[in-house]
Amino acid sequence: MLLGPALAVSALLFTIGVVGVLFRRNAIVVFMCVELMLNAANLTFVALAQRLGVAGHVFVFFVMAVAAAEAAVGLAIILAIFRHRETVDLGNINLLKG
Amino acid sequence: MSLTEILFWAFSGCAVVAAVLCITRRNPVKSALWLVVTLFALAGLFVLLDAHFIGVLQILVYAGAIMVLFLFVIMLLNLGQGAPADRRGLAGGIVAAGLGVGLLLQLSVLRAARPPEAITLPDGYLTALQREQGIVGAVARPLFAEYLIPFEITSVLLLAAIVGAVVLAKRRL
Repeated sequence: MLLGPALAVSALLFTIGVVGVLFRRNAIVVFMCVELMLNAANLTFVALAQRLGVAGHVFVFFVMAVAAAEAAVGLAIILAIFRHRETVDLGNINLLKG
Repeated sequence: MSLTEILFWAFSGCAVVAAVLCITRRNPVKSALWLVVTLFALAGLFVLLDAHFIGVLQILVYAGAIMVLFLFVIMLLNLGQGAPADRRGLAGGIVAAGLGVGLLLQLSVLRAARPPEAITLPDGYLTALQREQGIVGAVARPLFAEYLIPFEITSVLLLAAIVGAVVLAKRRL
């Protein structure tokens, strides 16, 4: 029941997220691409839960909770960086570059 | 094709197109709004895959709370318009596209992936469980029985995230 197509869509969305992370330099857009990848993983969990039991839905809960925590802390870090350097461009945040 | 399949492909196409637009728009606000479209389409897919409660949560938590947080920060940083091009150059684009195609080829084996027969549950198991215990009950029962300790740890994680966000975003301690 739509298991194969759902996994294919999930793979496509995950790849789009990875390409976005590699292609963009705005920290907030990179962050949104990470959320996209988490959602692709959620789609895999939900698709497989149809055949492997309802535990997949429980795991989606945990992924959502972690994503919410990550968004709050990550955006606070971006705010702190912006206050320091007046930019959110990842090309300019290179303090650790050798 | 049944109505379920037609809706499935409509939502899938919507999600993928909106995701591509999300990573190619120059304006971060437009990116965020296309991401909201993707999240709504994914909520539709969740409902079609018998995860009604997850679909509702997706709209409430993701499209509601998390995306508002993103838009709020974009507004706070005043990135809306006149932002300089933030895409990497041609070389970066080629590297990103190459790695993306490689990853997609690796993930394409997923299309044929099937769980082993020994642990597969019979067809319609999830629907029967939801009819018996209710749509919320089917998820809540394992959450508060088998997964009680992970659930409690999640609350500690959220508390840590709240404290961390406040400390980081504060101008001066």
